[in-house]
Amino acid sequence: MKYILKKIVTLIITLLFISLITFTAFSVIPGDAATARLGTDATPEQVAQLREEMGLDDPLPERYVNWLGGAIRGDFGDSYQYDTSTVASLMADRLPVTLILAVMSLVLILVISVPLGIVSARYAGKWLDTLINQVSQVTMAIPAFFLGILITYIFGLILSWFQPGAFVDPSVSFWGCVASLIFPAIAVALPKIAMVVKFLRNSILSEMPKDYVRTAYSRGNGKSRVLYVHILRNALIPVITFVAIIIAEIMAGSIIVEQVFGIPGMGQLLITSISARDYPVVQAIVTYITAIVVIVNFLVDILYRLVDPRVKA
Amino acid sequence: MKKNTILCSLLVLLVSAALCACGGDKNTETSSTAANTSSEDTPTTGGSVVFGMTQDLVSLDPHQITDAGTRSVVFNIYEGLVKPTSTGDLEPAVASDYTISDDAKTYTFTLRDGVTFHDGSAVTAEDVKYSIERYAEIQGESSAFSLLDQVEIVDEKTVAVHLTEGNSEFLANLTLAVIPKANEDPAGNPVGTGPFKYVSYTPGQNLTLAKNENYWKEGAPYLDEVQFKFIADTDTAFTQLQAGTIDIMNYLTTAQVQTLSQSGSQFEIVEGNMNLVHAMFLNNEYEPLSDVRVRQALCYAVDRDAINSFLFDGKSHIIGSHMIPSLQTWYEPEAETVYTYDVNKAKELLAEAGYGDGFDLEITVPSSYSQHVDTAQIIVEQLAAVGINATIQKVEWSTWLEDVYTNRNYQATVIGFDGTLAPSDWLQKYGTGVSNNIANYSNEEYDSILEQALAAIDTDEKAALYKELQMNLAENAASVYIEDPADFVAMDSRLGGYTFYPTAAWDMSVIYVKEGAGQ
Repeated sequence: MKYILKKIVTLIITLLFISLITFTAFSVIPGDAATARLGTDATPEQVAQLREEMGLDDPLPERYVNWLGGAIRGDFGDSYQYDTSTVASLMADRLPVTLILAVMSLVLILVISVPLGIVSARYAGKWLDTLINQVSQVTMAIPAFFLGILITYIFGLILSWFQPGAFVDPSVSFWGCVASLIFPAIAVALPKIAMVVKFLRNSILSEMPKDYVRTAYSRGNGKSRVLYVHILRNALIPVITFVAIIIAEIMAGSIIVEQVFGIPGMGQLLITSISARDYPVVQAIVTYITAIVVIVNFLVDILYRLVDPRVKA
Repeated sequence: MKKNTILCSLLVLLVSAALCACGGDKNTETSSTAANTSSEDTPTTGGSVVFGMTQDLVSLDPHQITDAGTRSVVFNIYEGLVKPTSTGDLEPAVASDYTISDDAKTYTFTLRDGVTFHDGSAVTAEDVKYSIERYAEIQGESSAFSLLDQVEIVDEKTVAVHLTEGNSEFLANLTLAVIPKANEDPAGNPVGTGPFKYVSYTPGQNLTLAKNENYWKEGAPYLDEVQFKFIADTDTAFTQLQAGTIDIMNYLTTAQVQTLSQSGSQFEIVEGNMNLVHAMFLNNEYEPLSDVRVRQALCYAVDRDAINSFLFDGKSHIIGSHMIPSLQTWYEPEAETVYTYDVNKAKELLAEAGYGDGFDLEITVPSSYSQHVDTAQIIVEQLAAVGINATIQKVEWSTWLEDVYTNRNYQATVIGFDGTLAPSDWLQKYGTGVSNNIANYSNEEYDSILEQALAAIDTDEKAALYKELQMNLAENAASVYIEDPADFVAMDSRLGGYTFYPTAAWDMSVIYVKEGAGQ
């Protein structure tokens, strides 16, 4: 209980700290939301009017306190770039998309990489291991945006297995959305799969020469039993941390993949909001990402204890 | 063994899911049939079109909109008392007829019979008065609406707009959207009188419009539905065009045009102009550039034809001053030839001004616009030939707006400016001390001609004065004017009717599906 309380306090302090940094950064960089939205054809009166509406003329500390007051009550304010949208409504539109994509990618990563990693370790040095190794190497070396373009080109334009840009909103059809996200999920997952495979393989291999493994064999256990019951448990601990980093990353929205496939997720919203100087939206997304990272780390800590009872807080 | 089964079943699952995903697409194989029937160009009614654009909308409240992209889109939803035609004239729209008093102080409009808003209510004189007054208030004192005296409702069908001074250009401002007074939320619930009515808007994704069945113009529009799809990245947008997800895309690069023409006849490329004054604007207050000889040297040193042929396949219209050629009444073609590419002359002028060894010049460009970045890169090479050491400073668009446009803290910048059908909109920005005078241009002669031009009522007299202004800018090398860039529009070849306007308008009411092309 005390542990959970401690974690919650950490979360709150982190959130406050990050939001303050974001806020300061935004007031330092040039460009403001009013001119960004109105462009070159606006009259000075229009700009002045909009600045006032947005509260851009208020002193900095006052603006931060105003934002904080709203955020605590769950009100993240209105978007600067979209005149009819609240931050909450924008997030509500984007969050499901990013979450669906994240879950799909994660499932792909786990179901593919864990078996492959084990196989690779088990047949270390054999041709199968070499093959897996080589393929992983190549997949890891391809930058995400290029992989996205490659997939779009081969499966979208040449083979017509999917239609680039034909995104189905989850509110229209959940399964339609899932179907339209299959290839983007593959693009997100591929490089991560390669990384997890390598990580797991090396982790298993480094456990193999340890004493407890020899003991397990000497007690008459078979190769598979030693691998799955004894080694894997230990080998998974560093992998869990690694997967946690990946989860936090894909939950934040895969900026590049969303851009290449034209998916309206959090990553895309973050990009447009930064360039439009849409501070309320950026602040909300940054808060969300921070919370995700802290919470995922918290869950990892708990998971550690389940996998390895020796771990104490 | 078990693992292999898992892997296998997973693969099967993936492949089948992928196949499902493409079951519902609409990428029909019309390319071959369309190619055969392309000579047959009979419009049909019905069908839908997806128009891909790389920016999102600023607002759907027509009176709040400032940027050309958004205006081009809402052109389909809203109309004013008059509206622009593709030839650059103004035709009656919500009004059926108008008269302008001899002193150009009173504009009297007769409302068209049977024009209704998209919500079904009839357009009244009240609505017109409300719209004009609302627009004037939002635009503020520094706009042309500072001239507005009052809007008078003469009778149910007649509205008179009174100005404090005569201004024969004011009609162009009355293209402002007429909206219903009763609508309390014009941005969230857009209601107009245009050929298409609002259906839905999803920020960052799309705007969907449906045919206005009660549109006053007989036979228009052809299409049942139009969707504007926002795709931030040009390359992604282009892929979607190739895949058939979007049907029309504008502002293509020459490389993209080439890719499309190599891949067969699925697309038709329509060529027009962007209606932009594309130029390297110079800060006339910055030390070496404050010398007219230095600015002239830059004009001689920049090879506009090279830029045109390199970036636009030679299809742009070279300009020499701040006006686009499509505004024929006002355009001065002679400005085009004030400078011709001449390295020696440029060097001479620089030597005369005391910069024989050249100088350093920083060209600030917004990084998100490849057209401006590419142009700047060519200019850097060209300036090197006359000894000017130019460098490119790439900044984000928001930064550009603040640093360069608002604060004018720059040396040179490559950008394009759009404008309305009123010539004053283009040329007023060079008046001394004007808020949007990006070049910091200040010339007494210019100011006095501008004043006369604004006051002139007779069109010929006015045109002569505006032409003088253009020559003034050219001769004094206010900036290095380059071109009105070519606009390459790709359109699915089953469609026809794309029409360019000399102002911000992507008119979807004239687009149709060709007979026999299918949907």
